Amino acid sequence: MRSFTYVSAPDVDSAVRTLAETPGAKPLGGGTNLVDLMRQDVERPPTLVDITGLPLTGVDELPGGGLRIGALVRNSHLAAHPAVRSRFPMLAQALLSGASGQVRNMATVGGNLLQRTRCLYFVDATAACNKREPGSGCDAAGGLHRAGAVLGASEHCVATHPSDMAVALAALDAVVEVRSVRGARSVPLLDFYRLPGDTPQLETVLEPDELIVAIDLPAPVTVHSAYRKVRDRASFAFALVSVAAALETRDSEVVAVRLALGGVAAKPWRAVEAERVLTGAPATEETFRQAAEAELAAAVGLPGNEFKIELARRTIVATLRRLATS
Amino acid sequence: MTTAPERTRPAATRQDGPNVGRPVDRVDGVAKTTGAAKYSADFPYADIAHAALVHAGIARGRVTAIDTGAAEAVPGVLKVLTHQNAPRMAPPPKVSIADLSTMAPGTPVNYLNTDEVHWNGQPVAVVVAESLEAAHAAARLVRVSYEQQPATTDFAVAREHPKQVKNSMIDVGEARKGDAERALADAPVTVDLRYTTPGQNHNAIEPHATTAAWDGDRLTVHDATQNIDWTRKHLALRFGVPAAQVRVVATFVGGGFGGKGSVWAGTLLTALAARATGRPVRMALSRESVSRTVGGRAPTVQRVALGAERDGTLTALVHTGLTQVGRVGGGAERVASQSQYLYAAPAILVRHSTAEVDALPNTFMRAPGEAVGSFALESAIDELAGELGMDPIDLRVRNEPERSPLSGKRFSRRDLRRVYARGADRFGWAGRDPKPRSMRDGRWLVGWGVASALHIPVPLPGDVLVRLRADGTVLVRSGLQEIGVGIATIVAQVTADALGVPLDVVSVEIGDSDQPTAPGAGGSTQTSAATAAVLQACEELKRSALGLARRAASSPLRGARPGDVETRDGGLRLAGGAGESYAEILGRAGVPALEARTGSDSRLGQAVGQARFMARFLNDRRRWVHPATGVHFCEVRVDPDTAEVRVSRWLGVFDVGRVMNAKLAGSQLRGGVVMGIGAALSEETLVDPRTGRIMNPGLGEYHVPVHADVPRIDIECLDEPDPTTPLGLIGAGEVGITGVAAAVANAVHHATGVRVRDLPVTLDRLL
Repeated sequence: MRSFTYVSAPDVDSAVRTLAETPGAKPLGGGTNLVDLMRQDVERPPTLVDITGLPLTGVDELPGGGLRIGALVRNSHLAAHPAVRSRFPMLAQALLSGASGQVRNMATVGGNLLQRTRCLYFVDATAACNKREPGSGCDAAGGLHRAGAVLGASEHCVATHPSDMAVALAALDAVVEVRSVRGARSVPLLDFYRLPGDTPQLETVLEPDELIVAIDLPAPVTVHSAYRKVRDRASFAFALVSVAAALETRDSEVVAVRLALGGVAAKPWRAVEAERVLTGAPATEETFRQAAEAELAAAVGLPGNEFKIELARRTIVATLRRLATS
Repeated sequence: MTTAPERTRPAATRQDGPNVGRPVDRVDGVAKTTGAAKYSADFPYADIAHAALVHAGIARGRVTAIDTGAAEAVPGVLKVLTHQNAPRMAPPPKVSIADLSTMAPGTPVNYLNTDEVHWNGQPVAVVVAESLEAAHAAARLVRVSYEQQPATTDFAVAREHPKQVKNSMIDVGEARKGDAERALADAPVTVDLRYTTPGQNHNAIEPHATTAAWDGDRLTVHDATQNIDWTRKHLALRFGVPAAQVRVVATFVGGGFGGKGSVWAGTLLTALAARATGRPVRMALSRESVSRTVGGRAPTVQRVALGAERDGTLTALVHTGLTQVGRVGGGAERVASQSQYLYAAPAILVRHSTAEVDALPNTFMRAPGEAVGSFALESAIDELAGELGMDPIDLRVRNEPERSPLSGKRFSRRDLRRVYARGADRFGWAGRDPKPRSMRDGRWLVGWGVASALHIPVPLPGDVLVRLRADGTVLVRSGLQEIGVGIATIVAQVTADALGVPLDVVSVEIGDSDQPTAPGAGGSTQTSAATAAVLQACEELKRSALGLARRAASSPLRGARPGDVETRDGGLRLAGGAGESYAEILGRAGVPALEARTGSDSRLGQAVGQARFMARFLNDRRRWVHPATGVHFCEVRVDPDTAEVRVSRWLGVFDVGRVMNAKLAGSQLRGGVVMGIGAALSEETLVDPRTGRIMNPGLGEYHVPVHADVPRIDIECLDEPDPTTPLGLIGAGEVGITGVAAAVANAVHHATGVRVRDLPVTLDRLL
């Protein structure tokens, strides 16, 4: 790891001031991803602003049944929170499917949103990677990309976003609360991430001087939700495909649905097309299949990850079926 | 040399003694669980410096320039060693059967003494610094320029040009009985199948680590090694000092599996860095450095073709295997090994070939050859059973040989029929509906698979010293390697029973080249070698003690002959019960301690011992085949939507001869199953075929099984002695992994109807 300057921020104002005044500075939360990447010489921040002392650790009720989650709430705490477990089961399940117990105890909610891709070429500082080094090329496209994206990828980048939590948040219409010296703003999660296009190094709309301070969850459309993660081993592996789904039926008809996919794109993928097919349609296997196909019509596979399209189709259908019959 | 001659083998060892055979707790259990056990990176030295490797980023070529300026500017950096400034080492020796330690390096590459690059990841520089952090930071800053040369980095291309392995003392290139291809063509039922297995990396819980300190021309090395003796001899040779001036210590090793069986770059370059800086140096390899500098299991492509009568009688067995090897080292995976022993086919053809790739030399990994060869053979047997409409166990039983099928030699013990029957009974095999996709548990598809296990341990000589003190305590010393198997515990058990003393008066000192030379911990041989030597030494002590007693007028043993006395109750006893404790015998004689050691310290003595051992080994091998055998029963659940595979139940029944300690043997066999589940379902070294670079050099993306992937594993052993070995044991280190991947793949086929012939069985291969 290269040398860096360590600053501990006593409060939010001072944290955002340091971020604004120090080029390249990054906030340090649990460090479970950032510090690993610094060890691998992939991240090279000259300054780390330790924000773990900031009072952003609350989970508070919002009027109307929503929740405000502080950016420094640990993943394990959030997963165990009674309100999350009862009203947002897909979020609790998504959190618990990520990483390991020890990592979840360290990892923060804000940091989770900003995880970097696990693309094998991004984490190898000797490889060509447009995300790590803009303009250097993409070794993954013609190489090993089994974990790569099938939706929204570009010739410049086929990386996927690794977060499970963010997939549930995409389905839950979460809003990211952001602070900087310039003030506060709210960014819907669906607008928070960018697709790679020809600037894969820009992953979110967050400015370098901005700090995530909270995530707001509106009241869920239904508490009947689930997160299904498919991976190469039973635990401690990133999703090949994951599905966050909430489904409400009345008289065997879909009256409310929220659907998002993980492991398939550079961002948590809200399945808008599928939701359109599902809403108001009979809650049948056939509808679920049509919805999955509508969403995946635009999917493009590479030789090594073509299977993800079929896997995503099956996982969507299986998750909706389970919600419809339970 | 060391092993007790057959004729003096004590009959008493055929049954359980007070300690041998019992599942006693490991003698080092407390030290290991409390952290008191010291591993190679744990030894403190004042003034210690830390080292880190810089790896080549090309597959083949020459280093044209190394810019170390930025690295040297990092505060705390002492030296950046490259081929331009590193001290010279003697080149690696040519491999010779006369001195097996010549196999130690696994490659002729003389690290940092050459500008040549032979694989992507080869060490090209070493940074030595005051702190580990400074060493790692600086290593990232070393800039290397290369002149690239054309390289073969894609096994798929290289395998178009196979080279057949030559038959030799240690390798089988080709072996045949009858005309197997002809028999295959004539067979009424055949399968002719191609299987592939990927590269796998070593991921022992303790990454390779070395601490090296020079005192003039004397070198002390704490090294995570499975072979203290080879390491010492090899370091002496490379650094041009007498072996007696090199001390290698490996008190505890955190897992070996073959990855610590050679002297890899980390060990050599730590000693080199210590010499160059005049400081004690420690190098604890990162996972990445382990992946890039320590060989693993090589990828293979195999063909298994079986011909059978309609009643299942095998008429032909063809098993050929092509292994990727490094252009600068690595040998063929002997994938067809089991095909020489498992089934009574009248016509057999086995053949091994290799294809060279510019890659890190491959090396031993738990049951090299058999672990992946059994995947192909035992999958093919299952496929043939399907073709025949036969139960796969019935097919195996029908073809169970009376003698070793290819050579016609006798098995020293083999009772696979009983092993199959016992396993089938306990697993409930009779309840299996043979039709694929026929069994379910809720939404899960359930499959049951079976596969045979077979491994033939490689005997090696080993020496011990046993000291019986006048206070009745016993000390055993031997340069054995504790890689996790519990060797000190077993040595204590055997010593206690052989001398008739309680377990807690025996202390065992191992892991040091200052002790009598032991065999490496490999080939499933360490326990049999060590215990045979202990028996011989204890027999000598018994005679010495009796020699003191029988001359003493006051002794009840006066005039007794060795055949008259037994060792028990802490001394020597006549059949009638009269006798004396060792303390009484030694005390009266005024002897502070009696000592017996097998083997010799002198070069000549060692050469004579080696020659005697070889003669006895060859004589034994002319007559006997000593197989450790077993059978795996596996239940999997497969998600019908996503094709995720979960192993839900496991039973392994084994015949490893006499079991010294059921707890330790069970753990070792169970560990083999866990490692096999990894090979079956998830482990794969990902190499970019364009660059030859390993792309998953860490535990994040190299998927070993986690706890949630491993079900309860039931292990049972027949626990009956091999009548031709000193203690009746055969060896349990490697047989456990053989057959595991096939049992899983066979169960997956039963669950899904999909046959996967390429490991690992990831879900995309089942969709």
